[in-house]
Amino acid sequence: MSSVAAGGADVLRQLRLAARTGIVTEPPAGEADVARLGAALSREVHARFGRSLHIRQVDAGSCNGCELEIGGLTGPHYDLERFGLHFVASPRHADCLLVTGPVTRNMAEALRHTYDATPDPKLVIAAGDCAGDGGIFAGSYAVIGGVSAIVPVDATIPGCPPAPAALLAGLLDALGRRR
Amino acid sequence: MPMAAYVAAMVLGATGTALGIAGMLGRAWSVEIDWLVPLGGLHLTMDRFAGLFVALGGAASLPTSIYATGYVGRERRGAVAYVVFVAAMLVVPLAANMMTFALAWELMSLASYLLVMRQGTPSSAHAGWVYAVMTHAGLACLLTGMLLLGAWTGSSGFAEWTTAAPALDVPARSAVWALLALGFLAKAGTMPLHVWLPLAHPAAPSHVSALMSGVMIKLGLYGLLRASFEWLGPAPSWWGTTLLLVGAASAVGGVLYALTDRDLKRLLAYSSIENVGIIVIGIGGALAFRAADADTLALLSLTAALYHVVNHGAFKSLLFMAAGSVVHATGTRDLEALGGLVKRMPWTAAAFFVGAASIAALPPLNGFVSEWLTFQALLQNVQLPVAGLNLVFTLAIAALALTGGLAVACFVRAYGIGFLALARSGAAESAHEVALTMRVAMMMAAVTCVVLGVGASVVVRPLIDVAATLVPAAAPIAIGPGLTLQVSNGFASLSTAAVTVALAGAIAVPLGVLTVVGARVRPRRYETWACGRLLQTARMEYTATAFANPFTRVFDFFYRPVRQVEIEAHPESRFFVSRMAYANPTRFIVDEWIYRPLHRAMRATARGAGAIQSGSANAYLAYVLAVLLLLLAFA
Amino acid sequence: MIADVVVALLNVLTVAAGAPLLVGALRTLKARLVGRRGASPWQPYRDLRKLFGKTPVVSTTTSWVFRATPYVLLSTMIVAALAAPVLSSRPPLAFAGIVLLMYLFLVGTFFLTLSGLDAGSAFGGMGSSREVAVAALAEPTVILAVLALSLRASTTNLGGVVEGLAADPLLAVNPVHLMAFVAFFIVMLAETGRIPVDNPSTHLELTMIHEAMILEYSGRHLALVEWAASMKLLLFLTLLANLFFPWGVPAVLSPMPLLIGTLVLTAKLAVLTVAVAVLETAMAKLRLFRVPELLAGSFALALLSVTAVFLLR
Repeated sequence: MSSVAAGGADVLRQLRLAARTGIVTEPPAGEADVARLGAALSREVHARFGRSLHIRQVDAGSCNGCELEIGGLTGPHYDLERFGLHFVASPRHADCLLVTGPVTRNMAEALRHTYDATPDPKLVIAAGDCAGDGGIFAGSYAVIGGVSAIVPVDATIPGCPPAPAALLAGLLDALGRRR
Repeated sequence: MPMAAYVAAMVLGATGTALGIAGMLGRAWSVEIDWLVPLGGLHLTMDRFAGLFVALGGAASLPTSIYATGYVGRERRGAVAYVVFVAAMLVVPLAANMMTFALAWELMSLASYLLVMRQGTPSSAHAGWVYAVMTHAGLACLLTGMLLLGAWTGSSGFAEWTTAAPALDVPARSAVWALLALGFLAKAGTMPLHVWLPLAHPAAPSHVSALMSGVMIKLGLYGLLRASFEWLGPAPSWWGTTLLLVGAASAVGGVLYALTDRDLKRLLAYSSIENVGIIVIGIGGALAFRAADADTLALLSLTAALYHVVNHGAFKSLLFMAAGSVVHATGTRDLEALGGLVKRMPWTAAAFFVGAASIAALPPLNGFVSEWLTFQALLQNVQLPVAGLNLVFTLAIAALALTGGLAVACFVRAYGIGFLALARSGAAESAHEVALTMRVAMMMAAVTCVVLGVGASVVVRPLIDVAATLVPAAAPIAIGPGLTLQVSNGFASLSTAAVTVALAGAIAVPLGVLTVVGARVRPRRYETWACGRLLQTARMEYTATAFANPFTRVFDFFYRPVRQVEIEAHPESRFFVSRMAYANPTRFIVDEWIYRPLHRAMRATARGAGAIQSGSANAYLAYVLAVLLLLLAFA
Repeated sequence: MIADVVVALLNVLTVAAGAPLLVGALRTLKARLVGRRGASPWQPYRDLRKLFGKTPVVSTTTSWVFRATPYVLLSTMIVAALAAPVLSSRPPLAFAGIVLLMYLFLVGTFFLTLSGLDAGSAFGGMGSSREVAVAALAEPTVILAVLALSLRASTTNLGGVVEGLAADPLLAVNPVHLMAFVAFFIVMLAETGRIPVDNPSTHLELTMIHEAMILEYSGRHLALVEWAASMKLLLFLTLLANLFFPWGVPAVLSPMPLLIGTLVLTAKLAVLTVAVAVLETAMAKLRLFRVPELLAGSFALALLSVTAVFLLR
């Protein structure tokens, strides 16, 4: 019974905390430096996905800097869910692959499989400088290059790493939601 | 020659079905040939109740005999024993006196014993041996009980027992009931008398397993019902509560063992123990209601039990035939070596699917109807004013509900691991669909399962009539509009026909809408997703053992699993492992707590008795003299 | 006759159309409780619409079971919506009781767990194994909890239970009722895959139950599976609302009572949704092998509740 009482206290504490804290989510940041989609593709994306974009994140060999920033997106401060963006657990559920890192030789085939496993229509967004062209790893024997060397890329979000605000702005741009 | 035998069995089956159904509908007859056998003569009587079991035996042996023609191939052995087995099963319910019954019963046991032994392997010899011991221990109980009853009533005819027994005092009747119940429940395979069943069923050829499970063990229940409701007069309430508890233990125990077993046919055998448990719950409920003078409820409970008897006959013979087809095609019964058969053996897979869905009691199939009826009968125990009895009923209800859930898990595992995804062995990879006769037989049984479920309102009427011969009472089920079964004046109702229509409509309408709006684009085929790994093999699939693991852990007090890890390291360093073996076997508490001690006690007694076996004729003469003197002294 | 059809359609429409909103509202509430703005409550509808427009990818390993499952799943939920006392205490399939309803859900579980195994991936098998274990262990509690109610209403017919209990003035202080309610609430969390049994928003395959089974589904198949799952949640909450708080459930099928009934049901569902959201925010998911203990606890409550019926009569 004590655990039930403790559970009850937890609930109360949680409610008090929620009431005291309120909503801490900030309005979306300003323009980001993002390589834009073509206007036609952008319209297409908007029509197809509307306000729902499910994202599968693929680490193709990243230093995990970008992952840290991406992790920030799901927190209360940036809260990407308010825009209908959502991270999912399987490429089968995804509309968009958010690829980070230079594509290493070991991850190239896995990335291609992930791309093929994603149902159409789909977007590929390369997040971070490494995903763009290999970044500081470009030319390494272990690295093939940017994401576009393996799968077609629809948009690139530069930055090393891109800040959560930039990522969010880039994603929204890719969705065509900011025009 | 074997072909002729199986055709004869088909004719027997068809005749049995026709005679049995006629008997069920009230066409009674009787045959007496006094000179044929000693001690009362051959005496057969057909009544409604016998008709049900004759019809069950006939209707089950018709498809299994058709199946056998494809299954046995050139194998000659076993054909005659099979015909004898079928014939004996058809005679047992008709027997109207002790001698006829004992003969038919023993013939049935012997024929099935020979069929269990047919393979001639050490494991089948062991199975046959355990089967013989258990079945004859049961027979000994039966004969003792029947002889006692015969002596006290002064007759060996069943009809005479029925009229004379109520005059006997309750302890005498209870003693006979206990003996008969032991004997019949050993045949029916309830826990803890089930030990022969998971050995004998897999060892027998599949058409025989189908009959052993579908019909033979039901004849144990037939005897139990005759004894409890007819031969022994009004039952005290402990008969019913005992059966409720035995049934509940059997149902849960059986399904738990089925849930973890790797052998497809042994899994089905354990599931038979479960289903017999469900039937025994129904019988126990009927007896308990009867003892409390709630005859309408007793009739309801008994009808539910009989319905489940019929249903189990249909889906278990179907499942055994399908499992037999799998064995025929792959040569293995091990779930971990099957898989992918849904593509290579579509008919067999479809048949097994129908059987699995029926036995998992999914609406609107037949298993659901009888379990639903059992639930409705048990739930009404609130009308009995004894709190203790209510509690027993409540436990039985909980056991039934748990069994229902576990049975779903068990058959998801059997079908999902055995038939879906990738083949787990070369044998399964090269499997082929079985012969036409076998497919026809399986489809016959599958259609029966569907008909018994969807047509519940038609099937239930004759079953009530049959049950009413044991418990005369007002019909507890009325048929309302829309083929609705209305139980006990509005306590509960069900229309499987309406559920079928609703389910079909609810599939058709969304499909139609999606097609019309053009949303049904052709799916793209691509390999299974598993985090980008490059190839998929059967080794990556979830195994049957892994699937059952949550249950092994949750019910570890029942399974008592042992964890065995053997690691052989390189002599130079223990970090270089050269071989590693892991096993996680479960133990059987019934064996460990009952049969092992019993076995040890018997061996000790035998050793003790060995001390007086000197081998000298003089000593034996002295024993004879001593016994003689003792007898004279007491006389 | 036509009125019956209209009511049947209304029942199905309420459940089918309301279910995504329920899930959306639950997510929004949970977001607000942790200080996020969260998605709009209408987000699930956008997700579904988008999924219906995609080209599904189906594994080459799968069989007909995989493709049939979404439709079967949806159809069991539709039939359950016809069988449950949603808008009134006279559901369109008037004969239905809790046994039928639970076994209808088991049909869905049967197909879904099979399809989890069908793709041959270890995740799917793991999800199936866990899902079916939770479903099996929850089964006795559901039956006993509703038995405790039907014993007092002397019918197992769900509509009859609602009407029978609504007539009882001392219902809210009846200990039998309260214990049965707690037991049923716990199995509701288990059956619909909520915290503390399963985490509907987890991304870690090893902790998944329901989500792991449907990792292979995409496009319209995924939409149907998700939709059916949300309908199951709505149906369970409705059962909780109407069986345990049987007030304001109309017994007649005319427009005005139905309208009022719908409003009352909405209010009850709103309260339950808030309760679930708060609970999910305040509690952590249980370790998988602690879940059976929770279910055993709920079973004990249900058993006590039934025993109390016998002792108190």
